[in-house]
Amino acid sequence: MTLVLEQLLNGLQLGVMLFLLAAGLTLVFGIMGVINLAHGSLYMVGAYAAALAAKITGSFLLAIPAGLAAGGLTGMAVEYLVIRHLYGRDHLDQVLATFGLILFFNQTIILLFGRQPLFVQIPPALSGAVDLGLFPYPAYRLCIIAAGLLIAVGLYFLIQRTRLGMLVRAGATHREMVQALGVDIRLLYTIVFGLGALLAGFAGLMAGPLFSVQVGMGEQILILTFVVVVIGGLGSVAGAFWGALLVGLVDTSLRAFLPQILRGMMAGSEADALASGISAMGVYLLMALVLLIKPKGLFPGHA
Amino acid sequence: MRKFLLPTLGLALLLAWPFIAEIIGSPALITLFTRMMILGLAASALNIALGFGGLVSLGHAAFYGIGAYAIGISTTHAISGEPFLGLVSGSNLLFVNVLVAMLVSGVAAAIIGALALRTSGIQFIMITLAFAQMIFFLFLALKAYGGDDGLTFRRRNALFDLNMRDDATFFYVTLGFLLAWLAVCARVLHSRFGLLLGGIRQNERRMQAIGVDTFRMKWIAFIISGMGAGLAGALMANLGRFVSPDLMHWTTSGELLIMCVLGGSGTIIGPVLGAFALIGLEATLNTWTEHWQAILGPLLVLMVLAFRGGLARIGGRKP
Amino acid sequence: MKTMRIMAIAAATFCAAGAVQAQEPLKIGMITTLSGPAGYLGLDIRDAFQLAIDMQGGKLGGVPVQVLVEDDGLKPGQGKQISEKFMKTDKVKLLTGIVFSNVALAVVPDVLEDGGIYVSPNAGPSNLAGKECHANYYVVSWQNDSLHESAGSNANNLGYKKAFILAPNYPAGKDALEGFKRTFKGEVIGEVFTKLDQNDFAAEIAQIRAAKPDFIFQFHPGGAGIAFLRQYQQAGLLEQIPMVVPSPSMDAVTLKAIGDAAIGVNVSAQWNSDFDNPANKAFVEAWTKKYNRPITYYASQGYDTALAIGAALKGTGGKVDDAKAFRTAMMKADFVSVRGNFKFGNNQHPVQDWYSMKVVKGADGAPIIKTNGKISSNTGDFYAKDCKL
Repeated sequence: MTLVLEQLLNGLQLGVMLFLLAAGLTLVFGIMGVINLAHGSLYMVGAYAAALAAKITGSFLLAIPAGLAAGGLTGMAVEYLVIRHLYGRDHLDQVLATFGLILFFNQTIILLFGRQPLFVQIPPALSGAVDLGLFPYPAYRLCIIAAGLLIAVGLYFLIQRTRLGMLVRAGATHREMVQALGVDIRLLYTIVFGLGALLAGFAGLMAGPLFSVQVGMGEQILILTFVVVVIGGLGSVAGAFWGALLVGLVDTSLRAFLPQILRGMMAGSEADALASGISAMGVYLLMALVLLIKPKGLFPGHA
Repeated sequence: MRKFLLPTLGLALLLAWPFIAEIIGSPALITLFTRMMILGLAASALNIALGFGGLVSLGHAAFYGIGAYAIGISTTHAISGEPFLGLVSGSNLLFVNVLVAMLVSGVAAAIIGALALRTSGIQFIMITLAFAQMIFFLFLALKAYGGDDGLTFRRRNALFDLNMRDDATFFYVTLGFLLAWLAVCARVLHSRFGLLLGGIRQNERRMQAIGVDTFRMKWIAFIISGMGAGLAGALMANLGRFVSPDLMHWTTSGELLIMCVLGGSGTIIGPVLGAFALIGLEATLNTWTEHWQAILGPLLVLMVLAFRGGLARIGGRKP
Repeated sequence: MKTMRIMAIAAATFCAAGAVQAQEPLKIGMITTLSGPAGYLGLDIRDAFQLAIDMQGGKLGGVPVQVLVEDDGLKPGQGKQISEKFMKTDKVKLLTGIVFSNVALAVVPDVLEDGGIYVSPNAGPSNLAGKECHANYYVVSWQNDSLHESAGSNANNLGYKKAFILAPNYPAGKDALEGFKRTFKGEVIGEVFTKLDQNDFAAEIAQIRAAKPDFIFQFHPGGAGIAFLRQYQQAGLLEQIPMVVPSPSMDAVTLKAIGDAAIGVNVSAQWNSDFDNPANKAFVEAWTKKYNRPITYYASQGYDTALAIGAALKGTGGKVDDAKAFRTAMMKADFVSVRGNFKFGNNQHPVQDWYSMKVVKGADGAPIIKTNGKISSNTGDFYAKDCKL
């Protein structure tokens, strides 16, 4: 039983990481109608900047602003130089240009940092495990969950309660009308894109101490993020949140529990291989299922 | 006149290419051009969905890879003599294998298409990518057929009594397939089906209003497109006598899209030109620096931003 | 460009040595992985190979050589193209360099079919070690399964009984677990296949905690392996449940990346930088002087490969056209390997000793891999019996 709880917590942690990326992706699509394949690159940039700052200063606290700034600023630069020219263009053009950006970012990171993965030490205060009564759980992962949930709440307030949020909501549904009302739509776009990039950078810097910081880390998670966004419904931040949690929990539970269940039915090693196969495809099957029932996703946000 | 001049010149150059390559002393260029033609075929297949049907698929590497694996699996079974799944025996005949490859990738395209076409626009892009990724991981884990290591077979499939081991011969065989495929494309583009498809691309609702089953039309286009990608995969498997999940990595899908757009999507010859241009560019940049992607990336962005319509439309030619 | 540079270096050293001979240098084609996260493997093989040539004054076994290097980018198709170019355009007969089994499986059969000779400095896939072994195919490193078999023996020697084993769900991962189980005498109480692109192992670590094994064996290549180790340590398990890994999971470069978190991990390998023999000392010293970066197993294998080729060339007087004569000379393995004992088995894969190592704190506080003792002597591989050479 405690194992089940622990695994649910693991699923939740994966879910909030995915949410940080999915939120940006879905916002950018919802407001600007742009598909940004290079969103994963912003995650990578955040992770590398944080790793570099942590290495130079030796402090994880200083790595946080570095990762955020790198993610956000790179995002705004990308918006200004490339994405801005893609509004209203064919999705195909957007795919191609952002694909080009991925090639560029990956290779530039190789030029700057080399090919070997970098590592960030966990801040000493968070390096241990916290006893949750039933089982010990790594403090750093708890911290990620807390930060992710806080950001989700913050985003909710930002979008539901502020003027910027109002424009964002209006922009998602009635783009032309917002423009016609004299809102500086360019600035709004840059801000929203920068916000999405900031969140991606944050996810990247949080991921550093857990995973290896390496070239290609962005694409690995990008595709999973796509699944989240499609399940949640394009353009909907709430959809991204619930979609991310669903994907995180389903993915973790399949990996954690399917082998045992199948082992009850067949030989050990066969069960393990089959379980691994099914859990690798699990989230994609989940996506297919959702699409069969609700083609626009669970929370269709965009008209 | 001009309309025919360039294609004729191009064809003449291709026909003479193996001799030219021998004369300038780099026979490896024959294989490079064979590869360009095969990828051109794949891009042209994608173009049926993309350029004619307006379906931006970021998952065509899956069909390409499935076609290649059909060859790999059939050929290994033919060599080992064990029937596939204990039911069907493998084959070493090119025509049989190519048909099988197209059939299998067509079925895959039918299934994925049926699901993915429930959506449109960006969701469609993401879903085709996700499904292709799923298939990629499936083959990665498929130990019976090499998984990550891929599948090597010693001989190319047989076609009549030709010496397929000879690279020049295989070059001409590929050229034959490419021309046949382009002829099919031209037929599709100018048939009633092609016109309807164009109508759907421009205004789907209007076509629905006049009673066209748009879902079915797009589905058929997607299936044909998948089959073409499978054919290209089948040729690629024969060229290298080797298949691996690498073929269906998602960057392959991206590169096919680039070829289409670079050459001009929605034109017959464009994607092939695009393939030649991109592979040629990659090969050239690669000899300058190993960091060629840092150059190719921005070039791509510039191309999209500055230059619309593709190579085939330069000089104001209409598709 | 890269090829040009290496040629220039080889030519320069050749001239500097003052050995003016009419003889054209012998071309050796090196296909290796220089790009991607695993690029350092190929880099070390290439540099160590070149180091051996430099140390012999631009020659191998008294024969001037010139190495053509190209990057396969870990793509089998690309490797194949390079090998064709080497053999057809540059007329190279002798090839080496491939790091990864999937590239080797695509390239090597073709090279052999076209009458070439291939000497592997790293990949030793099982498909080419048994029934399909070939007279012109040599492996200087190891047969892949030996890595995991030695880890199994290592666990036996360490007195562990209950194992929990993990590897990614792909052929190399499955081979790893099979190889381990082949030699491990205790009980396997848990077996998990992870996803190939997975880098968060929280779910698996929770399972390990619940299963309470004596130790775990895990094999995850590249960044995933490092991520696993770090998360395992973060969960506080490394002190409670020790870890046994094969050498690809813990080389000098990964160790540097992981830092103190790796202390206590058990490794098994055929070579280590602290080996106390004159050949190895000379090698490590020359490496440090020239490259001044951590020295890995891959470097030692690249270096030994160059020495093995040199010994064969010495025997044939620099000729590679007569594959039979080359084979006779090669199979003598008439060189001093940096790993100590070295022979070729009947399938032309190594018969060598395996050692047990542990990551400990070094004199300067940084963790090092320390050799503790021999696991097994004169060990061949599992597939040699199927080879009819």
